[in-house]
Amino acid sequence: MFKSLAAAVAAFGVLTGSAVAETYPSRVITMIVPFSAGGPTDTVSRLVAEAMSKDLGQQIVIENVGGAGGTLGAGRVAKADPDGYTLLLHHIGMSTSATLYRKLPYDTLNAFDYVGLVTDVPMTIVARANFEPADMKALVEYAKANKDKVTYANAGIGAASHLCGMLFMSKIETPLTTVPYKGTGPAMTDLVGGQVDLMCDQTTNTTNQIKGGKIKAYATTTKERLAALPNVPTAAEGGLTDFEVGIWHGVYAPKGTSPEIIAKLSASLQKALKDPNVVKRFADLGTVPSSEADATPEALKAKLTSEIARWAPVIKAAGVYAD
Amino acid sequence: MEILQNLGLGLATAAEPVNLLFCFIGVLLGTLIGVLPGIGPTATIAMLLPITFGFEPATSLIMLSGIYYGAQYGGSTTAILINLPGESSSAVTAIDGYQMAKQGRAGPALATAALGSFFAGSVATVLIALFAPPLTEVALKFGPAEYFSLLMLGLVASVALAHGSVIKALGMIVIGLLLGLIGSDVNTGAQRFTMGFLELADGVNFVAVAVGVFGIAEILRNLEDESDREVMVKKVTGLFPSKEDFKAAWAPVVRGTALGSILGILPGGGAVLSSFAAYTVEKRISKTPERFGKGAIEGVAAPEAANNAGAQTSFIPMLTLGIPANPVMALMIGAMIIQGIQPGPNVAVEKPELFWGVIASMWIGNLMLVLLNLPLIGLWVRLLTVPYTVLFPAILAFCCIGVYSVNSNAFDLYAVAAFGLLGYVLVKLECEPAPLLLGFVLGPMLEENLRRAMTISRGDPTVFFTRPLSAGLLIVAVLVLVVVFLPSVRKKRDEVFQEE
Repeated sequence: MFKSLAAAVAAFGVLTGSAVAETYPSRVITMIVPFSAGGPTDTVSRLVAEAMSKDLGQQIVIENVGGAGGTLGAGRVAKADPDGYTLLLHHIGMSTSATLYRKLPYDTLNAFDYVGLVTDVPMTIVARANFEPADMKALVEYAKANKDKVTYANAGIGAASHLCGMLFMSKIETPLTTVPYKGTGPAMTDLVGGQVDLMCDQTTNTTNQIKGGKIKAYATTTKERLAALPNVPTAAEGGLTDFEVGIWHGVYAPKGTSPEIIAKLSASLQKALKDPNVVKRFADLGTVPSSEADATPEALKAKLTSEIARWAPVIKAAGVYAD
Repeated sequence: MEILQNLGLGLATAAEPVNLLFCFIGVLLGTLIGVLPGIGPTATIAMLLPITFGFEPATSLIMLSGIYYGAQYGGSTTAILINLPGESSSAVTAIDGYQMAKQGRAGPALATAALGSFFAGSVATVLIALFAPPLTEVALKFGPAEYFSLLMLGLVASVALAHGSVIKALGMIVIGLLLGLIGSDVNTGAQRFTMGFLELADGVNFVAVAVGVFGIAEILRNLEDESDREVMVKKVTGLFPSKEDFKAAWAPVVRGTALGSILGILPGGGAVLSSFAAYTVEKRISKTPERFGKGAIEGVAAPEAANNAGAQTSFIPMLTLGIPANPVMALMIGAMIIQGIQPGPNVAVEKPELFWGVIASMWIGNLMLVLLNLPLIGLWVRLLTVPYTVLFPAILAFCCIGVYSVNSNAFDLYAVAAFGLLGYVLVKLECEPAPLLLGFVLGPMLEENLRRAMTISRGDPTVFFTRPLSAGLLIVAVLVLVVVFLPSVRKKRDEVFQEE
């Protein structure tokens, strides 16, 4: 009796699949952010969620599920019902955790459906205000000559500042002394206080310190100079080629979400990224929303795949793992 | 006088009706969540953050700050009444505050906490207004080596927290240190003692430990034995401190304020140290240290003043540099970013009305808090008469909501249960939970800063002695050790610490 009832319910479910997509969303959507409230990723998520809520006609609620470099939150979404009511907004860590964690409770590439890219926050190579080298070229020379003395701060294993630092050291073929911190806040404190020499961090954290003269900027990790920091050259101008690093963010859904729902979410994300308030606030953060072509499932999938491939050898060469 | 102009601008901003209203809402909310065990300001501010998006930036920051320092007032309430600190800072208040409540002096304890906090809050506000930028410079002089030495001093001095056997106190500190080691190693990412749980990768949740070893353990103990409680209710004498109480409390309040103001400025855990430090100092200089741990009013006055002063001066690095000194300040920075303000060294120049408005609102908020809290004391004390059958399930429910709300993770609830059991075992063994909590909080910071200092000096340990600030702190730590273990003093100390 129970079995046949279950079968009937299942059949009904298949039949009404497209009908469900038509009425979607009919209740509140939860967007899981795998970092604590108030951080840069949380800020990005809330801005996008607010604009998407307006478009979808249903509230998107942010739930912060922090811990273990974002893998706890991602793991929760991987296990959630693929009904479009649980989403994930994660950043570059989605791709690096695939290598940093050798025992993840989910398969990064196959556990999710993709909604689209959100933004790519640029990074800056910065130093304490009274650090000697005048520009990028001088910095590389100085680092090579004083590799025992130069210290590089990062916000912990797997943080964007850690990845950027590993890339920097591999580009200049000089290992520096790495000083890890628990988060960007304390690392920036010690950089401003002159306790450590170098760091590479996202513009969200560095722009105002640079403008206020509290730290010194050597380069941005972008293709072109940033509007917010017109006097800071790009890494390529300073002689570092292929040094484009950004903290890219994407929206994911659990694997098996209906294509209609995904399409609806992608369209809504694209609209949200054109919302004037989102554009303005992103500009304040020193970043720009992803283009319509990037805010698509295909673009996000391609980005995630290529970034996993890009960082795996860097992480393996450095021999650092988060578990 | 530029400073007067600035303060005038700040007061004008803070006194706008809408800002006054939200300042009040903030401190009221703060008091309530402080009173509710388990729910702390971090979780509350995180939850309320989205609501503030629609406000003016100043209004939103004024309300959020109100929640934070309001919680420092409220946090002492449960610590005193039911031995359940919601924040690490009120863990110390619980030691003597709860004893006072047991003696029927919950009213004076609560009033002392409120008045002490008000005094500290007012002084700290003035300090922020006058000296924020130079104080920031001092704080920045604190590198890893200095932090290590400061934390060493803190740990060495913390033995004084114990009012039972010193060996047991040391044991508790060590267990706390070990618990603090659980999680990812910051330098290598290696997992330590996580037994394969990703949930433990960031360490054990502080709230889970505090709620478990203090609150749950206390509930278990009470279920066993109801006699204490009858005494507590029967003996309630007067709600306000007597003349003698004031006489005993004023100097500790002043000293606590000074200590808290200084330690609060240090980014990263300085505020945590302040209440522990204030308590230690009072016990050290007291002519009757044997009263500590048995309901000494100084043991409530000093740490309460210190934690409120520390809470407020911890705004200094955030306001002047955009650097968060603790998780709450990180949330404030998030709130500013969402409001379109880039926190950083330029906020005071670019947004003076915001900068000075928030500072001025702190004083107004502190005034509101003392006016709000004094009349409430009668009500809180009546809480003690609520039957256990109602009170305990309610406390448990609030604890669970509070713990769950931090990371939305059920694992933390199991942790509360486990630490509740551990706490109960500790009660049975007559071990104090406060040193354990201190070890738990300070241990990871101690290790991190030691390794960081050694990394920067490339393995040269003399760095702790060649940097003057660090050397000074270590010398004081050694002096404290000598005082504690000198044979002649030791005999006396054993008398002092021994419970009869």
